Amino acid sequence: MSDIVLFKDIDEPGLSTLGVYEARGGYSALRKALAMTPAEMLGELEASGLRGRGGAGFQMGKKVSFLPQGSMEKYLVCNADESEPGTFKDRELMQKNPHMLIEGIVIASHAAGAERSFIYIRGEYALQADVLDAALAEAREAGYVGEQILGSEHSLSLVVHRGAGAYICGEETGLLDSLEGKRGNPRLKPPFPANQGLYQGPTLINNVETLSTVPAITLMGGESYAKLGVETSTGTKLVSVSGHVQRPGNYEVELGIPSRELIYDLAGGPPEGREIKCWFPGGSSAPVLTAADLDVPYDFDSLAKAGSMLGSGAIIVVDDSTPIVDLALKVAKFYRHESCGKCTPCREGTTWTVKMLERIDSGEATPMDLDIMASVQDHIIGNCLCVLGDAMAMPIGSMIAKFRPEFEAHIEAARMRSGMAGAPLSADEQALLGQEAR
Amino acid sequence: MSATPGRASGWDRSADPEKEPALIPDPATTEVPAQLRETIEAAMTRYPERHSAAIPALHAAQQLHGWCSPEAIEQVACVMRVTPAYLDSVASFYDMLEQTPVGSHSVYVCTNISCSLRGADALLEAISAAAREDPAEFNVRAFECLGACDIAPMASVDGVYVGPLSLDDVPQLLDDTRAGRAVLPDKQLATRLVADPNANSQEFPPHGVEEGTR
Repeated sequence: MSDIVLFKDIDEPGLSTLGVYEARGGYSALRKALAMTPAEMLGELEASGLRGRGGAGFQMGKKVSFLPQGSMEKYLVCNADESEPGTFKDRELMQKNPHMLIEGIVIASHAAGAERSFIYIRGEYALQADVLDAALAEAREAGYVGEQILGSEHSLSLVVHRGAGAYICGEETGLLDSLEGKRGNPRLKPPFPANQGLYQGPTLINNVETLSTVPAITLMGGESYAKLGVETSTGTKLVSVSGHVQRPGNYEVELGIPSRELIYDLAGGPPEGREIKCWFPGGSSAPVLTAADLDVPYDFDSLAKAGSMLGSGAIIVVDDSTPIVDLALKVAKFYRHESCGKCTPCREGTTWTVKMLERIDSGEATPMDLDIMASVQDHIIGNCLCVLGDAMAMPIGSMIAKFRPEFEAHIEAARMRSGMAGAPLSADEQALLGQEAR
Repeated sequence: MSATPGRASGWDRSADPEKEPALIPDPATTEVPAQLRETIEAAMTRYPERHSAAIPALHAAQQLHGWCSPEAIEQVACVMRVTPAYLDSVASFYDMLEQTPVGSHSVYVCTNISCSLRGADALLEAISAAAREDPAEFNVRAFECLGACDIAPMASVDGVYVGPLSLDDVPQLLDDTRAGRAVLPDKQLATRLVADPNANSQEFPPHGVEEGTR
């Protein structure tokens, strides 16, 4: 069986237009879905085992089933805010195959009983939003979106909504507030969006890749789709590989393949003469893994077992030319910038983590600062309305835990430079220092 | 040049306690350019709740005025029937909505992890230095991950993604932008094929640059 579901002839000229998409069998899944009852369609989604491709990995079918039954106004929101550092797969899908996403949205809204839908796309993706707008106009004209679609009882409106630059709007409740025209501050949960989401109505929120997979599931049948991948991580996944690799880009793989295959065979591994120091398996919010973890299968549960997460499916490779302190500072500064400021542990925790990391380079830090920093991370996790703070605390905590000797050597070296050093160094420290200086 | 300190900033900026809070602008005395009004009104009809049009409306006003100036905010507030303070609260949250006057061409340089691993910090410095003499023309900013780590280091020039950029590309990047030409046509993201060798069943030619020129 071919393991290419989403990237099948993705670069065919004109695929973004309705004519070419239809010629390739586009919108036949929609016809099939509309011939089914919403409950039957939901059954297919549940049977597929498809887990959300945005970051949390929650089963899509289950999410749809959480929406209350009844005739109230329900909403479907496609999360196209893709702003997790290292992630660029949704961009490729929307730009090259926008109709597949639109078809997936119409089918999912049929299963969920939603009659209004929105694509919340990050404002920076101007080209992709233009492509979506053009595709949507074609789909409306052809009767795939609108009143009584293809003569069925299902109606759906769809609006492409452009954001304006804020990482937190990828968090589903921050996204909803932003879509309602407010600052994108996350909300207290519960109530969950399935019960009270957009405009207080029941709302299904799914990622671009998740929804783009729905037409294929409809055509193949949920059970056949579930045969791809591994038992608890079914299907194929787009993985964005970037950083210190020779062929950065998007790759579609069956879940469960060895991570090494993705990083080395597909993306070409680190540049000649370099070794992998660490890698983020699922965007910058994921705890880092090391070269020792390269044989971990790339799927939701195996990565969780290895102490990290699949997240948005974005591998960032960092080679041994990069000091871990610099990497940690880069990560911490990003989350400080993006914290919405609503919850104290996140707002202050990100700010102080940056300050403490900056003290290292100025020679003012001591190894004790590492313990304080680690404890700050522990105090963020689980103590905020959303997981933005956790998303800094997890990678920073993992870097301190896994690269402590390097942090200490860096601290010591900076203290020497600034003339703040105290006792003479042990032989071990000197050895580490030598490594650091190189 | 650095990214703005954070989304939570601005709480320590002083307010004028003597000043009355601004009310919803009076349509009789507030002049709003016809096209801006039309755009905002059309945006409001797309949503069940008119407030949802705040970001699209601010985007439109910024395009006209160059930034979210008090005048721009006043005009949006007048059409949307909301207070200027409400719109200020929204505009100050989002990185793409400018709070101060800026150069007319935006150059966002991604300085997040993947780009900085491949030289983005030096690139930002070079672009900033080259554009410094022309503050009316260029708005060079460090930006958080722009979602194009496959072409790292990269920049978004008036919304067009280009990369991977070397320091040698900087003069042409600025010249193309100044002249209103398609910026670095060979390096536009829009032309790139997907990296996955298993993706396409046959070879396709690179995409045209037209779709990436805006």
